[in-house]
Amino acid sequence: MLRLIGQRLMTTIPSVIGVIIVTFLLTRVLPGDTAAYFAGPAASPEAIIEIRSKLGLDQPLPVQFVSYVTALVKGDLGMSLTTGQPVTADLAARLPASAELTLAGLLLAMSVALPLGVLAAVRQGSWIDHLCRIVATAGVSLPVFFTGLLLVYVFYFILGWAPAPLGRLDVFASEPARVTGLYLVDTLLARDGATFRAALAQIALPAITLAIFSLAPITRMTRASMLAVLGADFVRTARASGLSSRKVIGTYAFRNAMLPVVTTLGMVFSFLLGANVLVEKVFAWPGVGSYAVEALIASDYAPIQGFVLTMAILYVALNLMIDVLYGVIDPRVRLEG
Amino acid sequence: MTTPPLLDIKNLTVEFATRRGTVQAVKAIDVSVAKGETVAIVGESGSGKSVTSYAVVRILDRAGKVAEGSISFSGVDLVAASEAQMRDIRGREISMIFQNPRAALNPIRKVGKQIEDVLLEHVQATRATARDKAIEALAKVRIARPEERYDAYPFELSGGMCQRVVIALALACQPQLLIADEPTTGLDVTTQKAVMDLIVELTRERGMSTILITHDLGLAAAYCDKVVVMEKGNVVETARAGEIFRNPQHPYTRKLMQATPRIGMSLRDLLPDAQKGPAAQLAAPKPAPAPDAAPLMRVENLVKEYPRPASGSFLSKLMGKTEEPKAPFRAVDGISFSVAKGETLGLVGESGCGKSTTSMMITRLIDKTSGSILFDGTDIGAIPAKQFAASAHRRRIQMVFQDPTDRLNPRFTAERAIADPILRMGGISGRDALRARCEDLARLVGLPVELIDRFPHQLSGGQKARVGIARAIALEPDLVILDEPTAALDVSVQAVVLNLLQELKERLGMSYLFVSHDLNVVRLLCDRVIVMKTGAIVEQGTSEEVLGDPKADYTKELLTAIPHPPV
Repeated sequence: MLRLIGQRLMTTIPSVIGVIIVTFLLTRVLPGDTAAYFAGPAASPEAIIEIRSKLGLDQPLPVQFVSYVTALVKGDLGMSLTTGQPVTADLAARLPASAELTLAGLLLAMSVALPLGVLAAVRQGSWIDHLCRIVATAGVSLPVFFTGLLLVYVFYFILGWAPAPLGRLDVFASEPARVTGLYLVDTLLARDGATFRAALAQIALPAITLAIFSLAPITRMTRASMLAVLGADFVRTARASGLSSRKVIGTYAFRNAMLPVVTTLGMVFSFLLGANVLVEKVFAWPGVGSYAVEALIASDYAPIQGFVLTMAILYVALNLMIDVLYGVIDPRVRLEG
Repeated sequence: MTTPPLLDIKNLTVEFATRRGTVQAVKAIDVSVAKGETVAIVGESGSGKSVTSYAVVRILDRAGKVAEGSISFSGVDLVAASEAQMRDIRGREISMIFQNPRAALNPIRKVGKQIEDVLLEHVQATRATARDKAIEALAKVRIARPEERYDAYPFELSGGMCQRVVIALALACQPQLLIADEPTTGLDVTTQKAVMDLIVELTRERGMSTILITHDLGLAAAYCDKVVVMEKGNVVETARAGEIFRNPQHPYTRKLMQATPRIGMSLRDLLPDAQKGPAAQLAAPKPAPAPDAAPLMRVENLVKEYPRPASGSFLSKLMGKTEEPKAPFRAVDGISFSVAKGETLGLVGESGCGKSTTSMMITRLIDKTSGSILFDGTDIGAIPAKQFAASAHRRRIQMVFQDPTDRLNPRFTAERAIADPILRMGGISGRDALRARCEDLARLVGLPVELIDRFPHQLSGGQKARVGIARAIALEPDLVILDEPTAALDVSVQAVVLNLLQELKERLGMSYLFVSHDLNVVRLLCDRVIVMKTGAIVEQGTSEEVLGDPKADYTKELLTAIPHPPV
């Protein structure tokens, strides 16, 4: 298994190098002049030139690239001009926020979608099957900013159950001691019940928003994959040898049906991690998505490069995890490794 | 008063709800199985034989239901039994073995665990003893090194081995009745014999009753006490095994028996008397090819090697560590033979013997490793497989594949399928001319012309086989490679298709290379036979010589493994 992981890691090196080159070039061809943006509208041309040389932007591209890579090797992603902080520090502060939100949303979606998909397949054509179809269709048809705003309107504005959608914690609570960066986990580790509840209250609505959106692919995939497996010969054998339906559906069918579902989960997760900008905006969530978009608007190179690179590495790591998980589920994959 | 039978099916009717209304798959049948008795249910596809067995253990699809009748199993009414009761009966009292053993096992669970599941479910073992009992069950079906096999996954075992595991699974809880649904279809003859012998021995030993569901009359005759013949949902005849073959009562039984290829009969004999009439003149004795005539194809020292997967990791290769390269696997190991004009050459052997690899090389779908393939004087083996499609020889060598469903594009009508080679190889232009040619071809292969606008799913197995043949002869090839063309067909359809092939060959002057594992069919159709084993030819000669008086031990082994009806 370790060898398999090592092999897969080796094969990802070229793609990471590719990502570094492409993001570097892409950020350079983006329209907009960073120096002019930071000098402000009233700056004289001399001031702009001075800023440009200070940022190293007057150097030829290869020289800029070499200095970028040299810094990168040392773990330095450069400084963000908008926040004035090193990009590494910004990402380290914001990535856990995005990860926590995405994970919470995905776990919530899984806890609903997997049973729903399985039930829809087992009772094909019943009311639960129709419910599954309605939920899935409704989930994808509503854009996340709409469901987000609707949830805020109903649960905060009308009912008053939820706290104000203003980030990860309300102003009165203090941040827990940082262990994982995920507030829900850190507060539990610190045995701080009050802060845990506060963090949970804040994350509930954005997580539900994400979950509603990601329900559809997971439910549909689970249902389709379960249907295929339930029709398989070995399920018939299991039935004919008198195994209980729990065993047949749980151990025999579900584990086999999980393979495509795991792939879908990985795709949904990596998509959500970088792409839930709208949810982050609606709930003032300090995540990486909104950070990257703000940097993009400001033509701030370093954060964009750092963001894309981090996402690429995360994506690679996630795919590796899925490959390993595949091997755990399916012995035939292990053989090919 | 006689003892009541173990299983008594009375007046059973099974219905399926379909889009076009209710269909009766089984119509008011009576079947009984006494204790210790082995009963065969024989019939062609669609006869309702499998549905009957599914109804007994109540694992019919959602759409199917028992509409009428009773199934009583040692005093228990299985139609009225609760689902919980049925679960206790399945596996512990009545077990099933299915066709296609590899698919019948959970692909991602260790085979030992799967046996344990059944043992634990029926409280035949505790968590502590389950492992030992599962290993014991594997040992009983004569799996060598059962402790190791316990940890094997189905994909690591051969087809015959998987079927043994399925048998172990079925017999683990000592049931009283075993239902075997086509247990050996798709297995080689020698494996089939081993598996059937094992089933019979184990069930006799335990005094179990067995229902053998099969389309193979020979198998039914060789292993069963009683035979039940089913046709279109009805039981048409029930008799002792010896009796039914000596003296078949029902016309359908006679038709089935007649269509089963056996020693000492000709292709024509397979057909029902009514169909023999006019075509019989065609089967006039053909002149034997002159011995000095140049053969159509001569294959010399043909070899196909596949590299074995390297075991070294990517990392170690990167570090520059080189390992001893393994000797490549020789799928075909230096074979030589020739096919004369107008001749049918049979290529027989068990799965893995290299017969399919050989036929793929001859059709130039894959490249050879070494050797030569001389076709009408040209070494077509020298033309790379990728370029062969553009070669002028492509149209002269065509192929008919095994599964009549898989080999047709589901989105092409029969006409489009038949026209496909003509469209690719040219020759005919104009929509009307093409249509006329397709209709001619359809008539030639006996496919009703009005059917050629249908899609494959709207055609029967035999009709699809005819479309496949029409497509292969569309370009009037000199050599047609037939890769088990009738393996997926019912015997009566097989009889018709075999006769059609013979007739076409004589009419169009083609040569056939007939790849098959069914020696009885080969005997009927082929002039000469090649027997292959592990990539090499063990014996070749005329059909009478090789199959009548085999010299090689392997050929003898193959021949004795065929179950024969006692006629």
